[in-house]
This record gives sequence, C-alpha cells and structure tokens, in this order.
Amino acid sequence: MSVSQAERTATDSTGRAPKRRTQPVLPRAAFYTVGSLIALMFMAPLLWVVLNSFKSPAELAATPPTYIPEELSADNYIQLVAAGLWQYVFNSSVVAAASVAAVVVISVLAGYGFARFKFVVKSILFLLVLSTMMIPFQSIVTPLYIILKTFGLTDSLLGLILIYTTFHLPFAIFMMTNSFAAVPAALEEAAVLDGCGSVQVLRRVMIPLARPGIVTVALYAFFSSWNEFFAALIFTTSQDRYTLPVMLTNVQSGYYGTLNFGILEAGVVLTMLPCIVIFLILQRYYLTGLVAGATKG
Amino acid sequence: MELSLFIIPVVMSLGMSFFDWPLFGQPVFIGLENFGRMLRDESFGQSLLFTTAYTVVATAVLFVIGFSLAALVRANRPGVGVFRTAYFIPVVIGMASASYLWVWMLNSKVGVIDSLIVDLGLAESSVEWLADPTWALFWIIVMVVWKMVGFTMLLLMVGMQSISEDYYDAAKIDGAGVWRRLFSITLPLLKRTIALVLILATIASYLAFDQFYILTSGGPHNSTITAVFWIYKMGFTRFELGYASALSLALMLILVVLSAIQLGLLRNDDG
Repeated sequence: MSVSQAERTATDSTGRAPKRRTQPVLPRAAFYTVGSLIALMFMAPLLWVVLNSFKSPAELAATPPTYIPEELSADNYIQLVAAGLWQYVFNSSVVAAASVAAVVVISVLAGYGFARFKFVVKSILFLLVLSTMMIPFQSIVTPLYIILKTFGLTDSLLGLILIYTTFHLPFAIFMMTNSFAAVPAALEEAAVLDGCGSVQVLRRVMIPLARPGIVTVALYAFFSSWNEFFAALIFTTSQDRYTLPVMLTNVQSGYYGTLNFGILEAGVVLTMLPCIVIFLILQRYYLTGLVAGATKG
Repeated sequence: MELSLFIIPVVMSLGMSFFDWPLFGQPVFIGLENFGRMLRDESFGQSLLFTTAYTVVATAVLFVIGFSLAALVRANRPGVGVFRTAYFIPVVIGMASASYLWVWMLNSKVGVIDSLIVDLGLAESSVEWLADPTWALFWIIVMVVWKMVGFTMLLLMVGMQSISEDYYDAAKIDGAGVWRRLFSITLPLLKRTIALVLILATIASYLAFDQFYILTSGGPHNSTITAVFWIYKMGFTRFELGYASALSLALMLILVVLSAIQLGLLRNDDG
C-alpha cells in the first residue's frame, strides 16, 4: 500500500503532484436521495404558501385543509390590493431603494478613503466604525425613538431610511475598504499618470474593479431593509406609512377584516418574492460576499 | 451621521435610564430607581432565562444540522449546487415573512403541517401547537433552524473545503475511521469557522424578536418572552422609555460579556 502511495504522490511529468479526487462519504444513490428529500423539506413551506395563496376563500376555510388547491383563484390577491397593497409595496420599495443607494454611496466613499488615503485619525475612526458593528440595534431603540421624535421623523419613511442606512453602514464600509484595498496600487498610479484626478480614478478604475463588493453591499442592504420588522413596527404608526412586514402584522390581527389566512399568505408570497428572485439572479455576489465578510471578520 | 445615530444613542440610553421618561409629558429624574426596579423585575429575569435557554438550544441545533448539511454538500458532485441553493433560500426571505408562513402552517384548523402530522398518524387529532409552551418553543426553533441553517451550512462548508485532502489521506492510511477523522482533523481545523458560526448564532438568537412577536406574542402565558420582546413591551406598549433604556443597557452589557467569553474560550483553544 505504501509503495503505491509513494508512487502516486511522486510528481508527474510536469513536476507537480497529481490532483486527488475528493473521497465522498456517501455513495451516489444515497447522496442524491437524501439530498433531494432534504431539499424537498426545505422548499415545501415555500411551495405550499404559493399554492395556497391561490386557493379560493371557500377552500381556504376548509378543515382539514387540502394540500393542493382544487381550483385556483386569485381572489386573495385581489383582496390584498383592495386593502391597499400597492401603498405598502411602494413604501417598502422606497425605503429599500433609498437605503441601498445611501449605503452604497457612503460606503464607497468611506471605503476608498480608508483604503487609500492616510489621515491622522484614520485608525481611530476605523475602529469606531468596527465597534459600532457590535452594538445591536435592539439595544438603542429607545433613545433612537426620542432622537427621531425630536426631529419629527417618527412616523416617516425618511426616519426609517436613516435608521437602516446607519445600521448597514459599518458592515458596508468594512466590505468596501477590503474591496478597495485589494486593488493593486499600480493600476491607480497608472491612472494618475494618465492625468486622472482623484474622482476620476475612483470612477474609472476603482469602482469597476470593486464592483462585486459593491453588489454584495447593495444586496445586503436591500435584504435587510426589505425584510426588517422591528424598527418598521416601532417607527411607523400611520397606516399609509407601513412597510410590507408591518402590513402582514395587520392582516394577522384582523385589521382588514377577520383573520383571513388567504390574504396573509398572498402577502407573504409577495413579500418573499423579490428577495428570492433577486437572490437567485445575483446568487454569486451574495454568497461570495458573505464568505468574504465572514472569513475576514 | 453615523456617529450621531450610534454613539449618541448609546450615551443617551445611559442617561435616559436614570429618568422616568413617559412618551408624553416631562421626564422626571429618578436616579437609580430604574435599575433597582430592573433587578426586582421578575418578568425581565424570566425573559433573560428564556432567551438564554432558547439561544443555547437554537445555536446547538443550528450548528449540528448546519455541520451535517455542510458535510453533505461539500462534495463537488453534479447538481449539488441545486441542493445548496434549496437549503439556503429560506435565509433570504426575512424572519417576519417566515414567521407568518409558519403561523399559517401550524394553525390547527387550516394549517398544512398540522394536518400532515395528523395524516401521518403522529398525533391523534389537531393540536393547537402554539398554545402549548413546550410545543410553541419547539416549533419556533424548528422554524428558525429551517430559516437559518443554510447560513451556518454555507460558512461551515467553505471552511471544510479549505482543509487539505492530504490530512484525510494520511489519516486513512493510518487506518482512521470516519468518526476519528472527524474529531481529529475536521473539527480542530475548523476552529475559527466554528467560533464564528457560534458567535453569530448566539448573538442573533439572543436578540430574537420578530418570530416571538408574530408566532406567540410572548405567550402562551408569557412563557416565550425574549429579552428584546420585554424591552419592546416596556418601551413601546407601556411607553416607559426610561425603564426600557435601563433594560436595553443591561442587554447590551450581557451581549458584550457573552461575546467576550466566547472569544476568550475559543481563542484559548487555539494552539
């Protein structure tokens, strides 16, 4: 055994040790069966909620429930629209879009600054940014409320946008600093030699190269803002300011009439949909960003 | 802006906790009274206990299942990407949406999980799952694991993939079995990743709010109130912002200590 082992680890003609095949633990059939079963279990709730959201109201009230709808009906969605769905979609979209934009712009500028320029208080500031990552949002909700109240921002989308932006910034700045730091200085110097000022260097060299990082940051900001519940619950009180998660709360509490699971599910589907779609499309960026952020953390 | 929305609130939180600060009306300085009240507040203590118990269980389950899934999907077989995506998707849908989804599924009249359990013969008849303290916690943990395990799986998988095959080959030559390889090679080399996963899971679990608000509203009989839920109740349903500030500070302190302990423990093991 050890002789052939030695033979195999000896270098091949190119002078490199030949690659080894990963020894899988499970035989193929077992792997795919188990994996598929588990995948089914994970996806089942999502599939169910989509299917069920298309049930007619009559079928929805059936006890025990049917697993697959017998007839399809878009009634729940119609009712949801009647309850003001588009206003909430609008609110969620505005808040998410604005937070994403703000986070990206600020973190790109800050990240570039931290990565490339030397200034006196740099280390202190950077440390400050990092340490704010440790403070959980839930802990400073009370004073935040007072601060926003002073500025009259408690029941406004702008208030939410400010909060979301602030809380996504530390991580975003951290990511952008790393992204920019990874760009070789030679490229920048070449640009400067060509006569570019700082801003142009940023625009033409750095940003294109750090694009994956920017996309990652944007994605995180989007998912967090779109799905955020606690702050939205606290900081929006009038009905036309609610974001989607808060709308779901009201559906559950029967605000729009008696508790109708059909409408609730339709709402859940609509709230989930953008996230899932965006995730599937931009998967690569999200996952690499997550891993990068975690391994450097 | 960032400083003002971070640093100032922390300082204010400290300040506010010395006041009786109603939402409307003037704040009244009451010194250390809020802190005294906090120490005597049984509900708060209860919520801390519950949150800790929940955190321990959730983190453990998230780790074990995440690890198992990671081991399953680390191999680069054709189609494994589909599995990885399927396990990960629940992560992106938001805790609120997920909670509402499960509220429906567990409903004893129209929920699919409930009727599935009955149809599979696992239970006599429909159960109002969320009305029982133990079951409510059970299902909440199931939901949280369903939602978050893709995340732990991913982190652990990436860590696993960076362990050189040579270690395993050498071990197999020495006759080491699967379990031996697991404990002597995989786990030690994954220490940093494991530490990260545990810390993230712990902090996130400790701050849990959405699922408890939505699924049980802290019930039944106030048995599922987490620390943040209690802060919310004090600060935003009873509007006692001063007291809520004191509670928030306590929570922050606990988290700092928890993280410090975890970092210390896990760093010491690093040879």
